[in-house]
Amino acid sequence: MFLLVFFLIPFGFALAISFAQTAIRVPPYTDVLSIDHRHHLHLLLKLDNYRYLLTDPVYVLSYLYSLKTAFFATLICLVIGYPMAYAIARTSRGTQAVLLLIIILPFWTSFLLRVYALEGVIREHGLLNQALLWLGLIRQPLKIMHTNTAVYIGIIYSYLPFMVLPLFATLEKLDRSLLEASADLGSRPWRAFLDVTLPLSMPGVIAGSMLVFIPAIGEFVIPTLLGGADNLMIGRVLWDEFFGNRDWPVASAVAVVFLVLLVGPIALYQHYQSKELEGHA
Amino acid sequence: MSERPPGMLMTVLGIGVALLYVPLLVMIGYSFNASPLVGIWGGFSTHWYRELLDNAQLISAAWLSLRIGFVAATAAVLLGTLAAIALVRFRQFHGRFLLTAMVNAPLVMPEIITGITQLLLLISMLHLFGWPHRGFLTIVLAHVTFCTAYVTITVQSRLGTADRSLEEAAMDLGSGPVRAFIDTTLPIIAPALASSWLLSFTLSLDDLVISSFVSGPGASTLPMVIFSKVKLGVSPDINALATLIIAIVGVGVLVAGVLMRRADKRHQLDLQLAAQ
Repeated sequence: MFLLVFFLIPFGFALAISFAQTAIRVPPYTDVLSIDHRHHLHLLLKLDNYRYLLTDPVYVLSYLYSLKTAFFATLICLVIGYPMAYAIARTSRGTQAVLLLIIILPFWTSFLLRVYALEGVIREHGLLNQALLWLGLIRQPLKIMHTNTAVYIGIIYSYLPFMVLPLFATLEKLDRSLLEASADLGSRPWRAFLDVTLPLSMPGVIAGSMLVFIPAIGEFVIPTLLGGADNLMIGRVLWDEFFGNRDWPVASAVAVVFLVLLVGPIALYQHYQSKELEGHA
Repeated sequence: MSERPPGMLMTVLGIGVALLYVPLLVMIGYSFNASPLVGIWGGFSTHWYRELLDNAQLISAAWLSLRIGFVAATAAVLLGTLAAIALVRFRQFHGRFLLTAMVNAPLVMPEIITGITQLLLLISMLHLFGWPHRGFLTIVLAHVTFCTAYVTITVQSRLGTADRSLEEAAMDLGSGPVRAFIDTTLPIIAPALASSWLLSFTLSLDDLVISSFVSGPGASTLPMVIFSKVKLGVSPDINALATLIIAIVGVGVLVAGVLMRRADKRHQLDLQLAAQ
């Protein structure tokens, strides 16, 4: 009885979720939506949507562009986030708690509003330009808003906490005596970092990168608010196809290809990664 | 681990934290700006806050968002806890793999994909059963789906630390299984339930993409209204609104953090006492 109740309810619910995710992969679903009763036409039309994706370079380009943007944004997050996490890990326990709270706090405020707040800084007459002008570093305000740079800044700003937290979690557990041992054996601090700290913190690096990369690649809000009109992030293309052109079958096809090409491999990788970790433990 | 870290690291940390906070501070500053033009300081004023109170559209959207958040977070905590119990307590069962995958799926799925697939599901359900119509209910359903994933993971890790023998002892003393669970395990996982409820509530309040897909006419949540305003450029009353939200969230997180630390300390103390 116990088992049945605590097992069937969540399971039934999970089934509903899986249904939601496979719904677009099953042809009848999208087809029932798109062209109602003529059942025999459906499969043909379905393939047409995918062929359309290949013929129109916009889609291929936007997949590649999203991939590139998410990759470099993740890399920059890593470069900024690693020293931050390392610094936090090396402070005392009390300070750690306070610093972590400071890092997490922006995450609890609205994501949308944070992106909007960023606009106030990088706008043509925003704080950044005014500061640079005042310092005499530039003569004319930089145009950052509505460029791809703005999208990068937006992603890094929004997802930096996601990078810092897992990095901190692994760096904090790191056994300091290993570092001392390598110093005793004559390693310079920098060398010891490369040989000991970096390899041991790889799980954190991977976890943090995943947490940044995955939402970044499908990002819609940041390219829409901060990017230019020609920005091709896949999330935005999908949204426009769906709400703008009202072309649901094509939008679904974009989503399916996106899922298979980008998310699928990541999910599989993560699955094997966790299996491997379990094997070690 | 407590010697002073090198100056360079602390500098990077300082810059990073500054990066996170400067935009928010700028926005808070502008919310008190009398001039509607950004970049021009027109003196201190609370004009935009008064304007905010008169904006019926924003107020009703906020009320809708709060209701959705409350219902979705509560339902997600219930379902997520059940899923976590299934995953922790019953090591082997049919569909364990599937359940794990389903729990993790919303976490690795970009929001936009979750949104589009859920809409297609809801529409085909409407097509087949004539239910549910898009609006409050569909948004709640969608939010429950992704919040449940977060709840399950949070509760799962806490439940892993709970001592099963306490529950067994209670059953030996004559409690039924449900009663034993409520008396022994529930108090232990209560902090996790509270924090995952808060997390779900904020996630639900903040969600734009998924809500936009599954909502129907007349059901605009707060982020949807904000988004449509912000898309057109900067509006000072949104600055004021954002400042209010940041203030509320800031205080809330601080209070919750302090309370949770206290509860955690007590828990640790109990464990120590029990060990003696």
